Amino acid sequence: MSEIYLNGEYVGTTKEGRELVKSLIAKRRQGVLPWTMNSSYYEEKDEVQINTDGGRVRRPLIVVENGASKLTEAMIAQLREGKLTWQNLVEKGVVEYLDAEEEEMALVAFKPEELTKKHTHIEIDPMMIVGVGASLLVYPEKNRGDRSNYGSRMVTQAVGMYLHNHNLRDDTTAQMLVYPQEPLVQSETIHAAGVDIHPAGQNIIIAVMPFYGYNIEDAIVINKASIERGLGRSYSFRTYVTEANRYWGGQEDEIGFPDPSVRGFKSEKEYNKLDSDGIVSPETNVEGNDVVVGKTSPLRFLGVVKETRLGIKNRRDNSLVVNAGEGGVVDKVIMTESKEGNRLIKVTVRELKIPEVGDKFASRHGQKGVLGIIVPEEDMPFTADGITPDIIFNAHAIPSRMTIGHLLEIIGGKAGALAGEKINGTAFKGNEEYIVKLLKAAGFRDDGKETVYNGITGEKVEASILIGMIYYQRLYHLVSQKMHARSKGPVALLTKQPTEGRSKEGGLRFGEMEKDTLVAHGAAITLRERFSSDKTTIPFCETCGVTAVVDKIKNKTYCPLCKGSKIKNVDMSYAFKLLLDEMKSMMIYPQVVMEEEE
Amino acid sequence: MAEKQNSNFFPPKYADAIVGLSAKEQEAIKKKYESMKFEVGEAIGVVAAQSISEPATQTTLRSYHAEGRTQLVTTKGLPRLIEIFDARKMPKTPTMEIYLDAENNTLEKAREIAAKIRETKLKQLISEDSLDMINMRAEIVLDREQMSASETNVEEIMNILKKNLRSANITGEQNKIYIELKKKDFDVRELQATRIKARTIYIKGIKGISQIIIEKVKNDWVIRTLGSSLRRVLKIKGVNTIRTTSNNIFEVADVLGIEAARNAIVKETIDTMREQGVDTDIRHLLLVADVMTNTASISAIGRYGLAGRKASVLSRANFEETVKHLTYAAVAGEIDPLESVIENIIVGNLAPIGTGIVKLAVKEDEADGKK
Repeated sequence: MSEIYLNGEYVGTTKEGRELVKSLIAKRRQGVLPWTMNSSYYEEKDEVQINTDGGRVRRPLIVVENGASKLTEAMIAQLREGKLTWQNLVEKGVVEYLDAEEEEMALVAFKPEELTKKHTHIEIDPMMIVGVGASLLVYPEKNRGDRSNYGSRMVTQAVGMYLHNHNLRDDTTAQMLVYPQEPLVQSETIHAAGVDIHPAGQNIIIAVMPFYGYNIEDAIVINKASIERGLGRSYSFRTYVTEANRYWGGQEDEIGFPDPSVRGFKSEKEYNKLDSDGIVSPETNVEGNDVVVGKTSPLRFLGVVKETRLGIKNRRDNSLVVNAGEGGVVDKVIMTESKEGNRLIKVTVRELKIPEVGDKFASRHGQKGVLGIIVPEEDMPFTADGITPDIIFNAHAIPSRMTIGHLLEIIGGKAGALAGEKINGTAFKGNEEYIVKLLKAAGFRDDGKETVYNGITGEKVEASILIGMIYYQRLYHLVSQKMHARSKGPVALLTKQPTEGRSKEGGLRFGEMEKDTLVAHGAAITLRERFSSDKTTIPFCETCGVTAVVDKIKNKTYCPLCKGSKIKNVDMSYAFKLLLDEMKSMMIYPQVVMEEEE
Repeated sequence: MAEKQNSNFFPPKYADAIVGLSAKEQEAIKKKYESMKFEVGEAIGVVAAQSISEPATQTTLRSYHAEGRTQLVTTKGLPRLIEIFDARKMPKTPTMEIYLDAENNTLEKAREIAAKIRETKLKQLISEDSLDMINMRAEIVLDREQMSASETNVEEIMNILKKNLRSANITGEQNKIYIELKKKDFDVRELQATRIKARTIYIKGIKGISQIIIEKVKNDWVIRTLGSSLRRVLKIKGVNTIRTTSNNIFEVADVLGIEAARNAIVKETIDTMREQGVDTDIRHLLLVADVMTNTASISAIGRYGLAGRKASVLSRANFEETVKHLTYAAVAGEIDPLESVIENIIVGNLAPIGTGIVKLAVKEDEADGKK
């Protein structure tokens, strides 16, 4: 007796489990049962599983009956004319969606040629076995699986034309490539996914060779002239938002040029980009820490009476400031209202990002690299035709990663460029013979290699070099947004230690394990220096061993316990003084016993 | 002359080894030996910790994947290292390596001794057992082959059963044993309980040793066991008492003394690391084993062992359970003399390690004769 489970719950038994599943599937194909239902029979457990719930991953396949596809030529013609729709095919039982469980029972033919009587389904297209992400790549089947996976992940990080209405949008951050191009070697799904009108990369000439060690460890060499022509050039946008809030007691934020008497007023220099209304105009050059919207807010706490009498304004500066280290040109200013009816101002700043040493680039085959050097065009290697590559890519990146698709795209791109046509590189549909034919017709070697001359010495390079065209992407990891160093700088208020993080110009933590390395080397003086960022001198009472009180008015230092004045100054880290304070707060009396330093 | 000098220079253990070498060679050895010594103020503890833990990060976390092999499944890799340094009272998989005396070093003798060692329960010797409802008794049929393998017989088993089952009459014929209750009125439940109890009765061997594998290692027959009982195994005739070891460090300390336990820690650690394909200088492990055993009992490295027993309050508070150590120190009125490394780093002083350990013997103004 086979047990029947509906959505994982036991509902009953039957004598003919296999027959039941068959009839269920037949009913679904007739349209009697919903098309979202899946059913499967487990031989070894003698179980029938029927699933109708949500959350199952399903994929469409063409039904095969008696070794013949149910999708006929006539239907295809009707589809072309628009007389049939996808939904019609599903309703007719020509196409059905299988979930993972039902797929276990199916025998799916990969191509129409392999179709036999045993097959139950056929792929709509061989390319359908990869997902949407991987199908956007070219030659994914020629690469090792993980490389195609990395490649499709890196496509998502590429800078390009992300949307066409970007001029109307106020994204917090956005990146736009200046000259995006449609790839020369394409996949058929590119149009379906809209990637052809939202490209994120450029077709460049690539040479696979070393270049004086400047492209070791996956680095790439870029032609300076190519960058000057606009290769990889991009804009980065950042939108700053401020709102004029209202507070209780009728107080509210004021947008306008702040009065110099306002608390926290920076200096004239930071405000001089502002218009008379306290807001910058579009196309103004701004730098980091510049004010783009002047705003004053009421004080959080009421000030001392003396100050109010002196006529100092009871307001503080709360202006909108460009992030430190960023800047550019004000792209647009949006003045509107928030949901609560407050004034809302958005300022978008655009900054041109020209490729520089350290920026990240990648092909569509998981081959990423950092820009190692920018070389003048006259120093780049050149071919007999006088072609210089835009990018020099290191051949060591190929053997261990086995990205044949990368090499194939170089040759395919070259053929496409010479013939002036797009090359199809869809998964399982690439036509290498055609590429070879195009290359030969243009009078080139069929493996894409050419004799190359050293641009600096003019000597012939002994090996023939693979040179061709490939689609390269600029990824949004830019050095200018990441590099960070500090010698001295801001400290945290509580601990007097350096702040943390790039945005706060912070220090890099020398942690517990790093400390151990210095101990292991016996470098005690270096160790003390590393941990002396918060060094302070603190007066202590010699008799009681507690921190003394400094009375600046009476110019007297005394012990809070014994009121005595036998005080000694002790050098210690401020963090340790905090520890002593914290111990006092938990009723522990940490007495400091002092000894004269030797 | 040089010979005599060098023989004084080296520890007595190595003094003989250098006799007969040329002066140049001796000098080279001396130089190398000198360079291998650590210097005053070197942080040997931190270096040992790093030298063990860095290779340990490379060992796999896999501890068992030995299905289908004639191997004892033992804890390996990082879990085993943690077990050793945490000084667990009982390892997850206690094992023994039993070597045999020179005259007993044959497969037959090894099998004989293995049969004596393996723990045998009655259920392992039974081929059939049932409740005989007509005669109101339990019937146990013994397996002759199993009995001869375990070197026992029906009489012996009957005697053991009689000792253990006081409430029942034990009778037997050939290879059958009958268990009858002494009580007058028959109770099936009690008879069934007695039968089940009889199955688990210990017959022979050493308690706790559940698996045995006999292997030939070079010229020796080695008995590997799962389960460990060093004291009892060493009493068995034919066992080489010098080479036989257990991986249960506490047991080694108990039976052979703390020095043996110290060696066991070193051996277990280095074996575990080498088995995983990583290595470290043995002197780091010697240091760790010394600190673990120098109190004459095995103490763990960690909160309840070494780190919890450090002299300095700040040092202990820096490691774990900060509040506990601070409050206890406050109650006891402890004084931290700031003699070790970490407390001086906390305070902001020069740590007494490496270059920080050097002090002036004569003060400047004293040397000038001002004082």
